[in-house]
Amino acid sequence: MSENNEHNTEKEIDKLTGVETTGHEWDGLKELNNPLPRWWLWVFYACCLWAFGYFIVYPAWPVIGGATKGTSGYTQYKELRASQDEIIKLQREYLDRFEKASFEEILQDPALYAFANAGGASAFKDNCATCHGTGAQGGLGYPNLNDDDWLWGGHVDEIYTTILHGIRSGDIDGHVSQMPAFGKEKILTSHEINEVVDYVLALSGNDHKGSNDHKGSDDISMMPGQKTFKQNCASCHGADGKGDKQFGAPNLTDAIWLYGGDHHDVYKTVYNARSGVMPAWKTRLDDNTIRQLTVYLHELGGGQVDEIETDHAMEGDVAIPSVEEAAEMVAETVIDAVEPQTVEEDIPVEEIGDEQ
Amino acid sequence: MTTDIANNNRTTPDYNYDIVKLFVLATIFWGVVGMSVGLFIALQMAFPVLNVEPYLTFGRLRPLHTSGVIFAFGGSALFATSYYVVQRTCRVRLWSDKLSLFTFWGYQLFILMAALGYVTGVTQGKEYAEPEWYADLWLTVVWVVYLLVFMMTIFKRKEPHLYVANWFFLAFIITVAVLHLGNGLALPVDWRFGKSYSAFAGVQSAMIQWWYGHNAVGFFLTAGFLGMVYYFVPKRAERPVYSYRLSIVHFWSLIFIYIWAGPHHLHYTALPDWAQTLGMTFSIMLWMPSWGGMINGMMTLSGAWDKLRKDPVLRFMIVALAFYGMSTFEGPLMSIRAVNSLSHYTDWTIGHVHSGALGWVGFITFGCLYYLVPKLWKREEVYSLKLVNLHLWVATLGIVLYITAMWVSGIMQGLMWRSYNDLGFLNFSFVESVMAMHPFYLIRALGGLLFLSGALIMSYNFYRTIKGDVAEGEVDKDGNPRQAVNTSKNAQLQAAE
Repeated sequence: MSENNEHNTEKEIDKLTGVETTGHEWDGLKELNNPLPRWWLWVFYACCLWAFGYFIVYPAWPVIGGATKGTSGYTQYKELRASQDEIIKLQREYLDRFEKASFEEILQDPALYAFANAGGASAFKDNCATCHGTGAQGGLGYPNLNDDDWLWGGHVDEIYTTILHGIRSGDIDGHVSQMPAFGKEKILTSHEINEVVDYVLALSGNDHKGSNDHKGSDDISMMPGQKTFKQNCASCHGADGKGDKQFGAPNLTDAIWLYGGDHHDVYKTVYNARSGVMPAWKTRLDDNTIRQLTVYLHELGGGQVDEIETDHAMEGDVAIPSVEEAAEMVAETVIDAVEPQTVEEDIPVEEIGDEQ
Repeated sequence: MTTDIANNNRTTPDYNYDIVKLFVLATIFWGVVGMSVGLFIALQMAFPVLNVEPYLTFGRLRPLHTSGVIFAFGGSALFATSYYVVQRTCRVRLWSDKLSLFTFWGYQLFILMAALGYVTGVTQGKEYAEPEWYADLWLTVVWVVYLLVFMMTIFKRKEPHLYVANWFFLAFIITVAVLHLGNGLALPVDWRFGKSYSAFAGVQSAMIQWWYGHNAVGFFLTAGFLGMVYYFVPKRAERPVYSYRLSIVHFWSLIFIYIWAGPHHLHYTALPDWAQTLGMTFSIMLWMPSWGGMINGMMTLSGAWDKLRKDPVLRFMIVALAFYGMSTFEGPLMSIRAVNSLSHYTDWTIGHVHSGALGWVGFITFGCLYYLVPKLWKREEVYSLKLVNLHLWVATLGIVLYITAMWVSGIMQGLMWRSYNDLGFLNFSFVESVMAMHPFYLIRALGGLLFLSGALIMSYNFYRTIKGDVAEGEVDKDGNPRQAVNTSKNAQLQAAE
């Protein structure tokens, strides 16, 4: 692109800027012959210089049999290792003791207890919240873990077993039980189911308007559903309907209903039966994390204890986040938790077509 | 190249404006469509219930949006402007009317094939290269014809030199062809459902994909649109280009360096460290070559800055260059490994892309269209420069809302993901970061709504321009009053008489 091109038209001086044009013209367009802006050129050189410096320090160019290593010896794996070491350094103080401690010891050691709760809270949100909600508030078909109503037991060891092996998970040590589908399998007639549903609702003090002739009667033992209940339900749920943790059979006398507590919901439950599934987490999480989750859930559920006395009041010189703080965090998440309507999408598929 | 001086007379040839008109109309149409889909998927992010299975889910509509705005809107704009510019700066009619018309219908057919594939779930799953092999092959045919028409027009030019805008258009056409062929290499395995498998696997596949993806940005959305800058900015400003030397140096440095920068999309992945380093360093070196285009465009106004006060069309172009400068600074910044470890996979990337897409590609296209439409339909000026100004401000406000919302939510996401407490446990789960983004998704959607509204204002303005109307109380770009025209009223008056 030499300036002496024979086809050049006349060069001229641009009146507004006083700069010479190149003398070319296209469709009325001309070009000024301004030099490269100095700052532009120097910044460009500086960037190139920086890049060449980087080539020397870091792995940069492919060569036969690999690539240049760079003087720093950097690899992204080393960087990852360094980040992991930071975490390990923070946790080492607790982790060594945590690994050796029994649940009883953890519950009694304020520092370990707070550590386990913090780890459990973190693991819960990334693994359990999908079903149980970010605040562990549960949803239709997914138990609320904040209350003290435990299907398979609320003692630390029981919670640990449940997380480890799951429920109907296919794990050989997992919890298994199956409620019969009383309607679908034609064990009971729909009339009988209606009666037993009324009885069950009456057990928990719920309004029990239904199909029976004893509507309004205060005497539960007079209800026709009682006989059906004793013959069909009591073996698992107990004669008093208070449930049995051995079978994961829910307490039917409280106000907690995993699949809904109005007549229609309970009818569907009796008709089709329920069998929720929880995975066995031992294949997905390491034992430390599962133990932390156990302590966290135990705390959430009110800390059911049978033999051991624990002192939850945090005393002494604990510089780490306290249980109170952890509990506060949990309370906040409960408040911020997802709206309940999202939960309805989680209703397990069920067969309701042929009821009545 | 030597040219017959005898032919070098100053008569104006009979340019082929019909093909330019077609592509201009397609640009406007696809712009509105692509942006509408963008608004819809932005709302889907804020309100997941808007996902309608299976055809109207985010996963299928997102490529519809990206292809709609990049290839349909941006591509049609590139066809229109390159066909216009190459004719006028070579002072010769397009080499072949029929083949250029083929590129129009062929390209529209490609867009249709791609779009139908997306919503029905036919996709290669490669970002910005989703169409399956049958659409890819068809695009190859169309693109080769495009290159042929463009090259042959250059060969038979009546000007001794090749104007800088044409270098950029040519670089765009050739490189996109190479990228498309390289990344599209695949083995078709099903003739009924258009399934194919990529010729590359694993990390090689990822590298080829981002060699393609990054240079689609570099050559489709940068080089091609810089071609527009080099013609339409000096034309509208009626000023000579600032520096011929800068145009040469930044052209070649841009072309040479851009093609290496792709690996910065794959920091902290299975891509070897050395390739990541190369991608990052070339991105840093790319900063000034990118800015060369901005400097040359903006400084073309030197000595005539007052034109910006009067002319909203020129303002569109200069604001576009400002966004271009901002995005091409942000890009190298984000390519730095340490910055990328925070920004990668977050909305910051989305914000960055849209400051380039809305601010640079969108605005320079709008500016060029506002220049082109009156020229093509033989009007003195658009229907209303006031509406142009309104479009400018509505759209600018939209962009500002969009990118600031994405900056905040992106950096927030990045910080939430990496935040851990004194005991070494993560403070937030992923779902908490998603919940925290909701308000920013709303702001983003509002920004998109404003930008789309601007495009609708423009469409109306063009409708009236093409009709031959002039709004009341209008002045031209030099501030001289214009006579109001209303063709519908005139027709009524004539009928009444």
